[in-house]
Amino acid sequence: MNDVMEKTPATAAGSQHPAQREHKAKFLLYLSGVSVAFDGFKAINNLSLFLEPGEMRAIIGPNGAGKTTMMDIITGKTRPDEGEVFFDGDIDLTKHDEADIANMGIGRKFQKPTVFETLSVEDNILLALAGQRRALPALFYRSNAADMAKIGEILDTVRLSDRRQDLAANLSHGQKQWLEIGMLLAQKPKLLLVDEPVAGMTDSETEETAKLLREIAREQSVVVVEHDMHFVRELGVKVTCLHEGSVLAEGSLDHVSSNQKVIDVYLGR
Amino acid sequence: MIFGHFLKQGLASRYVQVAVLILLAVAVMVPVLNLAVPPGNPFHLPDHWVPLLGKYLCYAMLALALDLVWGFCGILSLGHAAFFALGGYAMGMYLMRQIGSRGVYGNPVLPDFMVFLNYKELPWFWYGFDNFWFAALMVVAVPSLLAFVFGWLAFRSRVAGVYLSIITQAMTYALLLAFFRNDMGFGGNNGLTDFKEIIGFDVSAGSTRLGLFVATALFLIASLVIISSVVASKYGKILVAVRDAEPRTRFIGYRPENVKLFAFVLSAAIAGIAGALYVPQVGIINPGEFAPANSIEVVVWTAVGGRGTLVGPILGAILVNAGKSWFTGVLPEFWLFALGGLFIFVTLFLPKGILGLIGQVKASARARREKRAAEQQVLAE
Repeated sequence: MNDVMEKTPATAAGSQHPAQREHKAKFLLYLSGVSVAFDGFKAINNLSLFLEPGEMRAIIGPNGAGKTTMMDIITGKTRPDEGEVFFDGDIDLTKHDEADIANMGIGRKFQKPTVFETLSVEDNILLALAGQRRALPALFYRSNAADMAKIGEILDTVRLSDRRQDLAANLSHGQKQWLEIGMLLAQKPKLLLVDEPVAGMTDSETEETAKLLREIAREQSVVVVEHDMHFVRELGVKVTCLHEGSVLAEGSLDHVSSNQKVIDVYLGR
Repeated sequence: MIFGHFLKQGLASRYVQVAVLILLAVAVMVPVLNLAVPPGNPFHLPDHWVPLLGKYLCYAMLALALDLVWGFCGILSLGHAAFFALGGYAMGMYLMRQIGSRGVYGNPVLPDFMVFLNYKELPWFWYGFDNFWFAALMVVAVPSLLAFVFGWLAFRSRVAGVYLSIITQAMTYALLLAFFRNDMGFGGNNGLTDFKEIIGFDVSAGSTRLGLFVATALFLIASLVIISSVVASKYGKILVAVRDAEPRTRFIGYRPENVKLFAFVLSAAIAGIAGALYVPQVGIINPGEFAPANSIEVVVWTAVGGRGTLVGPILGAILVNAGKSWFTGVLPEFWLFALGGLFIFVTLFLPKGILGLIGQVKASARARREKRAAEQQVLAE
């Protein structure tokens, strides 16, 4: 997969001032002036967002604020109409598709838990383990101690070790969410995008999940989209509030939640 | 070594082991019952049964091939009979070339239909088909190539579900119309027939028919073991993952289009081989084999036997076709109603087919045993 990792230098960076390029290189994720419209409706409108390496960021915003569309753009599912999306300094994400972007090190968790229901918990993680992604070599893959140990480690982290041989379909809703987070960890991404990880979870599961994400954020950058303010407070990180496709406010949770515009948006005034 | 491990995975399933043993027994018993048991003995297998049973095994191979893509990858192909027919035509072309000057018109190079249609020379795409190995290569290559091109375009454009089913149906219909045309050079409406010899043996001789039967059984066993191994490997897990949650596989970094393409091409190749074994046993191949209804019948066999079980479709194809042979003898005008009714019955009451039913019965028996054991334990205490 060397061709995937190849940088794409000339395109957008070529026309820019060196200082600007250096500025970009500082960030793991760099979105600048991004817009996308569906049938004339601007889902994302001149959005700019910068994420430093190792940072965890919470994204909040009412329904339709563009949170999921933003994730679609970063992961290559949706192409922006305009604007720049750079990853790891100089990789132009708008030039790659989902599989390429996943292999470059961006993992994504969906809002609805999406795991492989008819496979065992172990196999779910096995398929996500970083490494070979081509179809044919998988025909001759042999299960080995190193991979099994890695799977064990990840299952310990996501608290699913005792369900290892069970079918993913038989997990509870919260456990499926954790399994999906485990699959993300197995991918060893540099950046994790997590969409509403605690939707439908019990309070204790929510707390566990916050703990889990803080653990993960020690080694990886994480972007969490969440509605649950209690959960966002628990994370204790910088917050970006989106509204109608652009950034409304940014800062600590207290700073953002005392912002009059944010209050208006959330209370629907 | 690496291949040995691959095949061992496939043979790990108990159902596959049993099916392989039964098919081996059938491959031995059919010649024995036909040759060694004298006519008149109730165990004697009449001569006309041999190609009939061979035909069932060819259909079983086709259903098995469909199960790889439908059962394990969720691709409901309604055009699989097209790959079967293409393999059949490749074999038919070889058999036509073997007739040589024994045809009605006695032309040493041109098959009868070409003389009749005033062909002056052999069309270029008939070159090489006088050689068995070239024809055998084409039996695999032509269906595979079609599947590759078709799959490459469809999967890359992310055509899936009902839309994909409809275009597979359109594909086989387009081929049906094309092969009906006389100027296509494949015998038009009448197809290819009046075969004389296959690799030097008389196609109508009893011994050749037994040979073809045994070959079909062996090819069916090989296909079952290979597909079972594919499904049991890590690739097979990716295949199931694509079936269950395609976007998730994409965001993990797999390319579902490539995963599907391999299964689709392998499936088409096996369907082609099944068609090639079918043609010398039934003695004819004509455009009717491309008829959309044929492909739909394959889906019915697979569903009846048990989608996604590999052994089930083999069983389903044999049972439904045996039923068809019997039914069309007794009440010919009602066969299609019976087939339609069967499909509705299976869909409503046996969603996992016959093999799924066996699994259910086993599971409930186990549950009952465990319950009884638990009760006895309580009583003992």
